[in-house]
Amino acid sequence: MIDWQSFTPVSAFTGGMIIGLATALLLLIAGRIAGISGIVGGLIELRRGDFAWRAAFVSGLLLAPWLWHWLGELLPVRIETGHAVLALAGLAVGIGTRYGSGCTSGHGVCGLSRLSPRSMVATVLFMAVGMVVVYVVRHILG
Amino acid sequence: MLVPFAAFLSGLIFGLGLILSGMTDPAKVLSFLDVAGPWDPSLMFVMLGAISIGFFAFRVAKQRGQTLLSTPVHLPGIRTVDLRLILGSLLFGMGWGLAGICPGPGLVLAASGNVEGIVFVVAMLLGMLIFDLLEKHHQSGSNLNYRQPGNIERK
Repeated sequence: MIDWQSFTPVSAFTGGMIIGLATALLLLIAGRIAGISGIVGGLIELRRGDFAWRAAFVSGLLLAPWLWHWLGELLPVRIETGHAVLALAGLAVGIGTRYGSGCTSGHGVCGLSRLSPRSMVATVLFMAVGMVVVYVVRHILG
Repeated sequence: MLVPFAAFLSGLIFGLGLILSGMTDPAKVLSFLDVAGPWDPSLMFVMLGAISIGFFAFRVAKQRGQTLLSTPVHLPGIRTVDLRLILGSLLFGMGWGLAGICPGPGLVLAASGNVEGIVFVVAMLLGMLIFDLLEKHHQSGSNLNYRQPGNIERK
């Protein structure tokens, strides 16, 4: 059943288009794919000569909530997950996105935009697993 | 100088898009993943919105074969679906389903001072570091099986 109270198609689609614009800018000027896990992972490796654009991209991303807050009210953030589970989830996301060569941005947005079969497989898999995990946590354990 | 500036601007715009779309609220992401509960399909509209622009950007990049500055475009060279892609994506999906946070929104949350976001991001960075150490270990053990990590950024 669709939760019409929470469903925000207009801001979701508009926000998505803005993400698409950011992706286009990075691709057409820097020649790089806006995949967050890959960009951050490359920073951590510290052994490449392409540090500058990665650091610049991440700096911009980190400044975004501050610019938003300066212009207006930040949207509500609701997290009910405990710290231990969050840490476990972070570990899984860190290792998984690096092994799988991408996350929601690299595979889900960029990969699907360029019709990459690898990214289609990755996106279907992480979405399906995410749905199974939420089902187990909320409807079987919960 | 233009490239780092464009990258900075891209990151900033990306973050603003994430916030506007509602994806920096983990509860909203979890509502998308909760197909058996009260379902919020918003995340699908975020992806559609992003792809509606991204599709044309990648077409332009492919047709030109280079950036607007006439520099090379770095696209992943690997095309085959392999075990690394599958297992990595499964593991990512587990973490995403547990927290409702993926790397981009995690960084935005942590930067805004959210304690839960910071816990998630520190663990995520640690996970990436573990991956690097495993890769380096693997590399020194056998060059045959070794493949460069992060190929999504490579030519």
